[in-house]
Amino acid sequence: MTREAVARREPGGSVQPGGVVRPAAVDRPLRPRTGRIVHAAIVYGLLLVLTAFILLPIGWMVTAALKPDTAIIFTFPPEFVPTEFFHWQTFADALFDEDEPYLRYVANTTFLILVNMTFAVVSNSLIAYAFARLRFRGRDRLFAVVIATMLLPAPVLLIPQFLLFFQIGWYNTYLPLTIPTLAGNAFFIFLLRQYMRTIPRELDEAARMDGAGHWTIYRRIILPLTAPALTVVAVFTFLGVWNDFFGPLLYLSDGDLYTVPVALATQVSRVGTEWNKLMAANLIAVVPPLVLYFVAQKQLIGGIASVGLKG
Amino acid sequence: MAGTVTGARRRRLGLRGDERAALLFLLPWLVGLVAFLLVPLVWGIWISLTDEQIVKVGEFVGLGNYQEILTDDPLFQQALGVTLRWIVLTTPLFMVTGLALALLLNQRLPGMFVFRTILFVPSVLSGVAVAVLWIVLLNGDLGAVNQLLRVVGVADPPNWLRDPGWAMPAVAVMGLWGIGGSAIIWLAGLQNIPPHLYEAAAIDGAGEWAKFRNITIPMLSATMFFVLINLLVDALLVFAPIFIVSGGTQTGGPANSLLFLMYYIYRKALVEGDLGYAAALAWILTVVGATIVWLAFRFERRVYYQAGAEG
Repeated sequence: MTREAVARREPGGSVQPGGVVRPAAVDRPLRPRTGRIVHAAIVYGLLLVLTAFILLPIGWMVTAALKPDTAIIFTFPPEFVPTEFFHWQTFADALFDEDEPYLRYVANTTFLILVNMTFAVVSNSLIAYAFARLRFRGRDRLFAVVIATMLLPAPVLLIPQFLLFFQIGWYNTYLPLTIPTLAGNAFFIFLLRQYMRTIPRELDEAARMDGAGHWTIYRRIILPLTAPALTVVAVFTFLGVWNDFFGPLLYLSDGDLYTVPVALATQVSRVGTEWNKLMAANLIAVVPPLVLYFVAQKQLIGGIASVGLKG
Repeated sequence: MAGTVTGARRRRLGLRGDERAALLFLLPWLVGLVAFLLVPLVWGIWISLTDEQIVKVGEFVGLGNYQEILTDDPLFQQALGVTLRWIVLTTPLFMVTGLALALLLNQRLPGMFVFRTILFVPSVLSGVAVAVLWIVLLNGDLGAVNQLLRVVGVADPPNWLRDPGWAMPAVAVMGLWGIGGSAIIWLAGLQNIPPHLYEAAAIDGAGEWAKFRNITIPMLSATMFFVLINLLVDALLVFAPIFIVSGGTQTGGPANSLLFLMYYIYRKALVEGDLGYAAALAWILTVVGATIVWLAFRFERRVYYQAGAEG
């Protein structure tokens, strides 16, 4: 095997002893077998400690949520794995609670997600299409404006936007949490435009020969071929809306309209909280992003990594 | 000459085919740009020069708000101090731990995918859910963290979020729980380093430390800068954990030890209803942020290594 071929199998290529290809004569005396085993043991040991740091809190939360009201939540020593109690009723209690029905908050948040996902996919792809495929005066300057809006400081927009929505009667409705999505998001526009530019122009031109206009080309050719990038947009929108706290906190005052994070924040601020129910509600807030993460890990990690590389 | 230009411009005033399409495709973005960004931006400057309240329209007060903030507002001093202290405390901590974790995950050993998946989990969860979980875990008397500390022999563990001296480290622990998020960006940077650089260094007899110091660090300078800017921007926007920790009270954490600038703006605007004052605070926050980012850019110019020239 050539050195290049070996090297290509080593995309990690950083400070890994034994991983980097070296002439065997140099390698053997410097890196004996035991050294490699010790190295692997240290790496795995550290990673296991970190994994415990991540998983034990989640385990504690599950254990607490599965306890009935009568059981002690704060045991000594703490319990990180449910052994004694499997009181699934706590979740039902949280979902159908009379004063704080989490089922309603989940439904509200789901509604916002569906609307925002649709808006984000449609509007960002339309905008990106114009920047990727249409020829018009000032295109590059306008695209620079798109990028510049990423730098606009959110805090200074906060108060005038709030006043604007308040004065046009949008306060305590879902309009401030959905309509602005139609205006597109600079990062999504950038991502989709870059992706669309990789689609061969011959496809457009063939369609144009057959008499297709821009709408048809967008709808029939570009949109289907952009599906992988649109998935990234949908996944990020899902996470963003499900986890959004500031927007709903600002614009919703009616408890019936609350989303899951706002409901959680209100519940935790009350005195005499039932901890098992709070942890069950918290798990309800945590499970959908987790499921999405395991289903769409490739899109999520790929999206985040591409931000890092391009930034 | 001038005549030709005017003539050409006049001829080009009519919309060509692509330009009409572009206008339609970009319409939502253009409307949003004006309605949700440009108008609020200008309006925000105006509001900051008035004593606008939620309950009454403001009157022009000139630079009165700014003057009061900068000369006669102990809470602003406190909020600025808290935010800067957070930056000094957590930026190096999060940078080093994020990179260290990425180096671990970059090892060519079996099972790394599993660790990477688990360690990224907290990054997809809502900030509210994470904060709710950790205020329970960090409860001074009964929380799992202090129970464990007592087991290992710490007789008098800190009262974390109730103690002005320990509240910020406690929030930093919540941040560390999500360190997988920046580790993914570091990892993408590490995997972009061409392996032949390490091979060449190995042939020259470089040790692991020399390779890390002379190849990994310089080749990561773009990633490092990106992570740094992200951390600085996040530091200016810390909100959800403080809201949860403060539990609906007027203060930001015990003795205002967690009164971050963003939280202070929120309190001024929506709890006290002092919109003009809050708008001025937002502009000052922006100036603080711009200064910090500008300093980071100046620092970067000194350490930045052009990866393109070598790779």
